[in-house]
Amino acid sequence: MAKRFMQSQPIAELREVTKRYGLVTATSGLNLAIQPGEFLSFLGPSGCGKTTALRMLAGFEQATEGAVLIDGQNVNGVPPYLRPVNMVFQQYALFPHLDVARNVAYGLNQRRPKPAKAEVAAAVDRALEMVRLSGFGPRRIWEMSGGQQQRVALARAIINRPKILLLDEPMAALDKKLRHDMQIELKSLQRELGITFVLVTHDQEEALSMSDRICIMGQGRIVQTGTPEDLYDRPQSRYVADFVGRSNFIKAEVAGREGDLLAAKAGGSVIKARGGEGLAQGSAVTLSLRPEEIRLAPAGEGLPVTVTHRIFLGEHTEYHLQSKALGTLVAVVPRGSEAAGALAPGAEVVAQWRDGAALALQAE
Amino acid sequence: MRLYALAVYLFLYIPIGIIALFSFNAGRHAAQLTGFSLQWYGKALDNPFVIGALKTSFTVALISATLATLCGTLAAVALQGMRGRARMLYDAALYVAVMVPGIVIGIATLIALVTVFDAVNPLLLQAFGAEAPQLGLGKGSLIAAHGMFTMALVVVIVRARLQGMDRALLEASADLGAPPMRTFLQVTLPQIAPAVLAGFLLAFTFSFDDFIIAFFVAGSETTLPIYVFSSIRRGVTPEINAIGTMVLVASLLVLITAQMMLRRRAR
Repeated sequence: MAKRFMQSQPIAELREVTKRYGLVTATSGLNLAIQPGEFLSFLGPSGCGKTTALRMLAGFEQATEGAVLIDGQNVNGVPPYLRPVNMVFQQYALFPHLDVARNVAYGLNQRRPKPAKAEVAAAVDRALEMVRLSGFGPRRIWEMSGGQQQRVALARAIINRPKILLLDEPMAALDKKLRHDMQIELKSLQRELGITFVLVTHDQEEALSMSDRICIMGQGRIVQTGTPEDLYDRPQSRYVADFVGRSNFIKAEVAGREGDLLAAKAGGSVIKARGGEGLAQGSAVTLSLRPEEIRLAPAGEGLPVTVTHRIFLGEHTEYHLQSKALGTLVAVVPRGSEAAGALAPGAEVVAQWRDGAALALQAE
Repeated sequence: MRLYALAVYLFLYIPIGIIALFSFNAGRHAAQLTGFSLQWYGKALDNPFVIGALKTSFTVALISATLATLCGTLAAVALQGMRGRARMLYDAALYVAVMVPGIVIGIATLIALVTVFDAVNPLLLQAFGAEAPQLGLGKGSLIAAHGMFTMALVVVIVRARLQGMDRALLEASADLGAPPMRTFLQVTLPQIAPAVLAGFLLAFTFSFDDFIIAFFVAGSETTLPIYVFSSIRRGVTPEINAIGTMVLVASLLVLITAQMMLRRRAR
């Protein structure tokens, strides 16, 4: 899917965008091309600059340096009301003095010349239908539940058919179950509309489940951009490996190459890992090993470990392991594939993983 | 403790109660109750001086409250957009204006106005000859003095409401294509409307009931409180009691309305 996007002209672009508030730098040197029709997420911890990036696209903040382009036009200095983008706000920001229909109609009613009343009413009905709120038009905002309010905010933001829909942590206020339903709904809405969606979130699950591409941010910079699979399977840094999914990090030393793989010495044994091209023999390396790559066997070849905790999580079970050679490791075992029934804390087992399961990262 | 509280309330309300009670007294003398009658209300409302004073008070209160509400609301909105030192300075000035005793404002306004008149009037004479309009104390100075003081009240009330307003609403409006002026009219104003109305009502009652400031700057005009004050020097009549009771009831009604406006939530 990502390849299809690469060929067209970007719908929005950030070029060396830096934003400073006095002495504080919120974002520095952001470079990013957003492709038409894609679902892109800015993912990162709070304070990483992702919201600033979104607000610069919306026009609430202006870049201190660099250029923000929308549809090929430099929009530096263009106020929000002249930009062809719309936003779904974190707390929805619905107008409490207007009913649902008039909230949704707000964007259309700002057009000059004003569109005809019947036309607006029809568009409102269509937008409400799209978010499955048909018939809720005359309701007051405070009569709506959190999930419904979010749909109203969504309908209000799409009625103008923006070039880009910006979403600022839209699910933060919803409970987990509702959030999951809403993620699926949002994704299908995006497919239906064909509008570019740009989402800001600190929830990796949310980003992974909905995005075509994710842009990982940290300390005001873009750390890595790629498809969810890309970021999960080929993180370029420990930061990304840690933020997208979970990982065991093992400190090791490069021993040499074996075919495509890198042989790294750690705690007296050799681990064969992907990546790490260009690392000199003897240099330090960090290996990232996903918990689901680890299998536990009662005996045999592998790393001898002791189970310290067993956490049952329904569809899978999490084991915390202690090994003399590599310290603490976490393994996740899917339900039904646990070797010899449940392993109790204190059990002595062997941890195994295939060659190339671990990924070599730049040591820090 | 309860007894103490009770005593405080009695002390506060017994005099008012007595005035209201004696306004219904049939007899001439305020000292003894001789029966129930509404005759003093009739007498008060028949008195051309009372009606004249009432009209003056009403006009002054209406115009000064309108001006104060208009300027106060705009000032509050502007202050909301300000940051740092300048805002602190304006804030401090506002609260001081609310807290300064009426008598100080009265004297200060009087001195200021008279100084200005003394400076401007000769110039007017020079410019237009003997027929020149001359500035003087009267309704204009009353409206100005009341308007200035109550504007501070309105700013404080509207500010409180503005501060409770979600800023994201303004951003949402801009995001949906409304330029700043339309955002103000379509979002900010409906949001602060109850506070604006409450501010107007409070400003109106303040001006209507005010004696001290009016006393200094009224010139030859007579407002209702000034009329009551000057009549009292000839002794307390049941007629005065009736006027007092009417003003009290009207003011209370307006104040209760204002309170209800302020309590009404935005949502």
